[in-house]
Amino acid sequence: MVFSKISQVAHYAPNQVVSNDDLAKIMDTSDDWIVSRTGIKQRHISKTESTSDLAGHVALKLLEKAKLDASEIDFIIVATVTPDSMMPSTAALVQAKIGAQNAFVFDLTAACSGFIFALATADKLIASGLYRKGLIIGAETFSKTVDWSDRSTAVLFGDGAGGVLLEASDKKHFLAESLNSDGSRGEGLTSGKIGLSSPFSEMTESDPFVKMDGRAIFDFAIRDVSKSIKKLIADLGIDAEELDYLFLHQANIRILDKMAKKIGVSREKFPANMMHYGNTSAASIPILLSESLDNGMIKLDGSQTILLSGFGGGLTWGSLIVKI
Amino acid sequence: MAVFEKVQEIIVEELGKEAEEVQLETTFDDLDADSLDVFQVISEIEDAFDIQIETEDGLNTVGDLVAYVEEKTK
Repeated sequence: MVFSKISQVAHYAPNQVVSNDDLAKIMDTSDDWIVSRTGIKQRHISKTESTSDLAGHVALKLLEKAKLDASEIDFIIVATVTPDSMMPSTAALVQAKIGAQNAFVFDLTAACSGFIFALATADKLIASGLYRKGLIIGAETFSKTVDWSDRSTAVLFGDGAGGVLLEASDKKHFLAESLNSDGSRGEGLTSGKIGLSSPFSEMTESDPFVKMDGRAIFDFAIRDVSKSIKKLIADLGIDAEELDYLFLHQANIRILDKMAKKIGVSREKFPANMMHYGNTSAASIPILLSESLDNGMIKLDGSQTILLSGFGGGLTWGSLIVKI
Repeated sequence: MAVFEKVQEIIVEELGKEAEEVQLETTFDDLDADSLDVFQVISEIEDAFDIQIETEDGLNTVGDLVAYVEEKTK
């Protein structure tokens, strides 16, 4: 049997940092308001780099860390809801940037669960025995989908990218998985609506901007997602405290605190970096994982067991328990 | 347990307040509660009483919450 394992992690964020005070200069908000409600102090906003630029940097870092030639990569999946274009996919642009001429590539759209869905998909590709090495990258330039005159959403999001190299292994690393969606609640978090428009169609609404029903999404995260995580841990038959760390999507520290309580695991096991990046959607979990590797929390030697959980637009939510 | 006592208990637990600070006339402002605090309290009340609270509009005091719950659970 073939299994998959995460063998490298990397991240990249654009240089430009926009603080809460910078935002207060262009909209009616304050550092105090933003920090107390979200925990966010600053976010990275791309001045010139596209989503594929950010993802491309991550891909190159992964190859460098693994001492791999790009030609050895079998597939690239980019999870994003802010692609450079529909065609070519952001993954195709990354392929071109790094010269991965033997890879097949595609983008995966699952909002803030995108990285988790992509990683779970990649695991199955490798487990099929047909592919041995893949790059799975979450990358967003959310700044281009934010309505900068809407202070209820403009303060929340940031740009960035993170990813992993997944390789074939003879040992099982992916221990448990729970992937979920509920399209009936999809209107609670929307962006990038493109309506019908042709000489033969009735025009329907277009709206590029991200819009969120704050309360509905808050309830969804602390209630449905916490429950899903608890169930996954119980189904695996381990005690929640046996997990070394839980890497949750970095949307809001109040949500993280509440979810930690509901899941019933000590708060120290939930690393957080939304204070520096804001909500980077599909990039949020891999950026956090990469920083945790850099600061020594994660060792990549197979000795730790972690839970990764993404949740957001769709609605979608997905959790993985992996040995790392 | 009466509705008021349960609502009071939830607010004490969620917002870290003393019971004496949570009376029928107490407003969310009195409790220094921001919108997320309100969401949290409402969410716990929904779970505790097995009801759905459609909107937080019009729910400004503890008394408003108690009246709403009593209406929904009668």
